[in-house]
Amino acid sequence: MLYAILCYHDEDMVGSWSKEHDASVMQKLSVVQDKLAKQGKLGPVARLLPTTAATTLRKENPPLVLDGPFAETKEQLLGFYLVEGKNLDEVLDIARDLGEANPGGTYEIRPVGYFTPGSAKT
Amino acid sequence: MSVTDTAWIDAALTSARPQAVGALLRYFRNLDTAEEAFQNACLRALKSWPQNGPPRDPAAWLIMVGRNVAIDDIRRSKKQEALPDDDQAISDLGDAEEELAERLDGSHYRDDILRLLFICCHKDLPPTQQIALALRIVSGLSVKQIARAFLVSEAAMEQRITRAKARVADANVPFETPGAVERSERLASVAAMIYLIFNEGYSASGDTAEIRSPLCEEAIRLARLLLRLFQSEPEIMGLTALLLLQHARAAARFDADGQVILLDDQDRSLWNEKLIAEGLALIDKAMRHRRSGPYQVQAAIAALHARAEKPEDTDWTQIDLLYGALEIMQPSPVITLNRAVAVSKVKGPEAALEMIEPLAPRLASYFHYFGVRGAFLMQLGRNEEARVAFDRAIALANTTAEAAHIRMHIDRLMRDSQPRNVKAK
Repeated sequence: MLYAILCYHDEDMVGSWSKEHDASVMQKLSVVQDKLAKQGKLGPVARLLPTTAATTLRKENPPLVLDGPFAETKEQLLGFYLVEGKNLDEVLDIARDLGEANPGGTYEIRPVGYFTPGSAKT
Repeated sequence: MSVTDTAWIDAALTSARPQAVGALLRYFRNLDTAEEAFQNACLRALKSWPQNGPPRDPAAWLIMVGRNVAIDDIRRSKKQEALPDDDQAISDLGDAEEELAERLDGSHYRDDILRLLFICCHKDLPPTQQIALALRIVSGLSVKQIARAFLVSEAAMEQRITRAKARVADANVPFETPGAVERSERLASVAAMIYLIFNEGYSASGDTAEIRSPLCEEAIRLARLLLRLFQSEPEIMGLTALLLLQHARAAARFDADGQVILLDDQDRSLWNEKLIAEGLALIDKAMRHRRSGPYQVQAAIAALHARAEKPEDTDWTQIDLLYGALEIMQPSPVITLNRAVAVSKVKGPEAALEMIEPLAPRLASYFHYFGVRGAFLMQLGRNEEARVAFDRAIALANTTAEAAHIRMHIDRLMRDSQPRNVKAK
């Protein structure tokens, strides 16, 4: 079954990481990702731009384009992974590995109901 | 404790600083006390966090600890200083942190940060003092770092900051949350202050780029912070976009020897794609609001450069129009000078030269005026006049990199004119 692992963290804090620190976190994450990729369990991985760059489309008539997701909470959705796992336990282990590589922040694990790989360039 | 652990704590402290200092300032109503309380809380964090792990909310932890330490200090000192009313007693015990975090979660954070930013750009302070104070109080740069960035002595910068603090204290700044009208007025000065911090870093010469680049990054951090507080202000989106798009070119702006590389000659693969993507998203979103302003227009110009994969793809006609809009919003000979560069690409150097002639009296001591004028004259083959303009530019250069860049033009003129002279003979 496919699971989405959604990564939440305080965007201000992640934004104030030094370049070196950011690179070292990405490096540690890539170790976990490479392992998953070799096992054929890793789908697309995305790191999102800050929530301030976000736009929201409200389904009104005519559709209303708004700013933000108005993230007033402490932690924002900063990125996500798509992974193949037998069950929740296995995916929790994966999330734990990711969490060790990237201390702080929270991971939400959501089973995927529908998925189409698409063809956009990365 | 590994190096990265410390880096994580540093990042958390930097990130929490405006919120924590802002809240402590609200409580103690004194910049020095608030700053000192924060410093003390940071020292405790450096001891406690590596052992006990990070708190749930670093800012709330720092506010709580900072407050308690400062209160103890005030009690211990013989000074008959009245403590602020203890509106809500906070104890180190139990789940005070969570409680405080919850209380701070909403509007307090926003108001505290704003108050802090607003105090730093108090209208009685000259811009240089506003920037210095903001870098010290909001960003937490050391006096030494700020002094280096502004190329003044540490003592002079210390004095500037002390004077600014005294002035703020004398001005009896109201600590109530500003009303809507006042807020929007002051928002403009906060935005201007961030813009100035960025410019201070951006106009770095080659030999000090390393020292000043952190100023650009700090300005971006503050702009993002402001944007988080005002998520639907198109001008704040424009400001943030502008800084991101300009800073995206940082790696391509100077060569290995610290010499200036002009936009047309920059290696565009060195431009930071991630910053560009964020900047473009922000300016696109800002434009949808249909409330234009100078930062948005400047960001739109920067966006047109960022969107051009090759220099010849640049939409100079659109840039000329945007500078025209900017001239109307903020009439300034410097903007006209910039517009002339776009005009030279669209209509040729002759039209551009004609456009900048009337600016001469007002830009008589402006380095870029003579640099641009020289370039137009050179394009027209009026080499002798070009050389006179370039000589003037060198005399007015602010940095060695600027002077070296102009000298390169003069060398090119010499090379170009040599064979012609030979032929003439």
